[in-house]
Amino acid sequence: MTVTRTPHPTDTVSLVAPGRRRRSRTSSIFPRRLDWFYVPALVLFAVFSIYPLISGVSLSLTNWNGYSRSKAFIGFDNYLRLLDDEVFRTALVNTLIYGVGSTIIQQVLGLGLAVVLDRVVRGASLLRAVIYLPVMVSPVVLGTMYYLIFRYNNGALNDLRAVFGAEQVAWLSDATVGITVIVIVNSLQFVGISMVIYLAGLQGVPTEYYEAAQLDGATWWQSFRSITLPLLQPAFATSIVLNLIGGLKLFDVVQVLTGGGPGHSTHSVSTLIGETYFSNQAAGYSAAIGVVLFVLIVAATFVLNSLLSRKRVEL
Amino acid sequence: MKDVSTPAKGLIYAGLGFIALLQLLPFYFGLTTASKPKTDLTSPWVFPGEIHWANFQTAMQQGNILQAIGNSALVTLVSTVLVCVLGAFTAYPLARRITRGNQLVYACIISLIMIPPLSVLVPLYTLMKDLGGLNTHWGIIVLMVTGNLPLAVFLYTAFMRSLPVSIEEAATVDGAGPLQVLFRIVFPMLRPVTATVAILAGVGIWNEFALSTYFLRTDETRTIAPAVAGFFASQGSNPGAAAAASLVSVVPVLLAYLFLQRSFIKGMVAGSLK
Repeated sequence: MTVTRTPHPTDTVSLVAPGRRRRSRTSSIFPRRLDWFYVPALVLFAVFSIYPLISGVSLSLTNWNGYSRSKAFIGFDNYLRLLDDEVFRTALVNTLIYGVGSTIIQQVLGLGLAVVLDRVVRGASLLRAVIYLPVMVSPVVLGTMYYLIFRYNNGALNDLRAVFGAEQVAWLSDATVGITVIVIVNSLQFVGISMVIYLAGLQGVPTEYYEAAQLDGATWWQSFRSITLPLLQPAFATSIVLNLIGGLKLFDVVQVLTGGGPGHSTHSVSTLIGETYFSNQAAGYSAAIGVVLFVLIVAATFVLNSLLSRKRVEL
Repeated sequence: MKDVSTPAKGLIYAGLGFIALLQLLPFYFGLTTASKPKTDLTSPWVFPGEIHWANFQTAMQQGNILQAIGNSALVTLVSTVLVCVLGAFTAYPLARRITRGNQLVYACIISLIMIPPLSVLVPLYTLMKDLGGLNTHWGIIVLMVTGNLPLAVFLYTAFMRSLPVSIEEAATVDGAGPLQVLFRIVFPMLRPVTATVAILAGVGIWNEFALSTYFLRTDETRTIAPAVAGFFASQGSNPGAAAAASLVSVVPVLLAYLFLQRSFIKGMVAGSLK
């Protein structure tokens, strides 16, 4: 599936251009009323995507509590409040850690796995399927199972430490450890995505390049560095964008593993939005955090897309 | 494995095996914990002598897990079908009538992919409340369709643009109307991309948690992810039952993955690459 391709004589694109006679022919095959087909979707988007975005911005300028009939316009007070809000700052920093941390782990591990799996002959498809498996499972389910590893009493990790005589650790009651655990769980769950993207990228590298390098006496590392890595550039772009955006939106794992606690120390921006709205009844304030999250994601997408090449891997 | 020495080979397999094991461990601990009674305080590393089914029973009865699976099946099925149908209909004019206006419409739809669901939680919740869609299946279906449609439109449009126009042209010359062309000619050719869209949307909707946890709060309507999370939170002292609920909830996805593994991975990659 490619978006760009060479124009074919019967293409709409080339038919529209040359002259009036041909244009009328196109419009008889694809008449204007075809456009009606996208109207239902546009209505859906207008009501459930665009309207909430706009109404979110306007709610963020009020002190609404989420249920009362009255709300007052307070200008940018909510946004000013965000600047001094310790809880929000923590959530924002955590979100960046979740995003960047997971992205780094997933690239290193995903690329390593892909390089190795690409050369393995026996058992490659089974290993790939197993490593990819958690991608299919709800983070909620995986979170409950990881809880069995990290909980204090009877946790698998503490039991393992006990065997070696190490002391028991309350993994999820400490902010730093909790954040680390969330990054690891999220990275391991979705490392399969990076892995298959890099595998697809590696399969696109012509073997002649390696053969030529080998004839010239290049070592494995040399050909990896000067052939594989540059040719994987589109795969890097795809995988990094995907992982970073996913990490910045992180909600499920945080909600299930720590619920944002202890205190508010492990919240992501997404989980903070839910808590601010439903537990603190600060709907206007929550809407303001939502606007910030939206801006953050849009900005991250644009920055990444301009930093990394826009080219993507072809399957 | 070509040109790799035997010890290196062993090292590679050991590393791969370790990661694969790491991915399976949570499921193993889920299994051992779910099959032990609450009073059994042996480590989750130890497999129980005999399987204790009471945890599964507790999950079914107190956690309403069966009901939640039914709800998820309904929501996932209806939403996925709607995403495929609406996606194909929406993409057709965007793929075939490349006018300036349609290019703008297309760009707008694609940019909706960026909206994080939680960023519009307050306005969306308020809107749903006003429409009477809270704690209803149609409400969550509408949200799931809206959320998954932009990517579907993207995939369908790209695929349709790669199909030759000549077949549709010939059908039109033979006197077929646009609807006939769409249903008889175009739709049958969309099978590969529909598989991708259905897998992406289906798995995503089955696993969806962020919105459904807030929009579905009654036992009668709750889907599987929020049901498992809620049950897990309420069973602090009984992780066995929570683990049992988790295990039961992955069975449908796991079965589908087992049988359609190749197209699952391919579909997910195709969706992510575009």
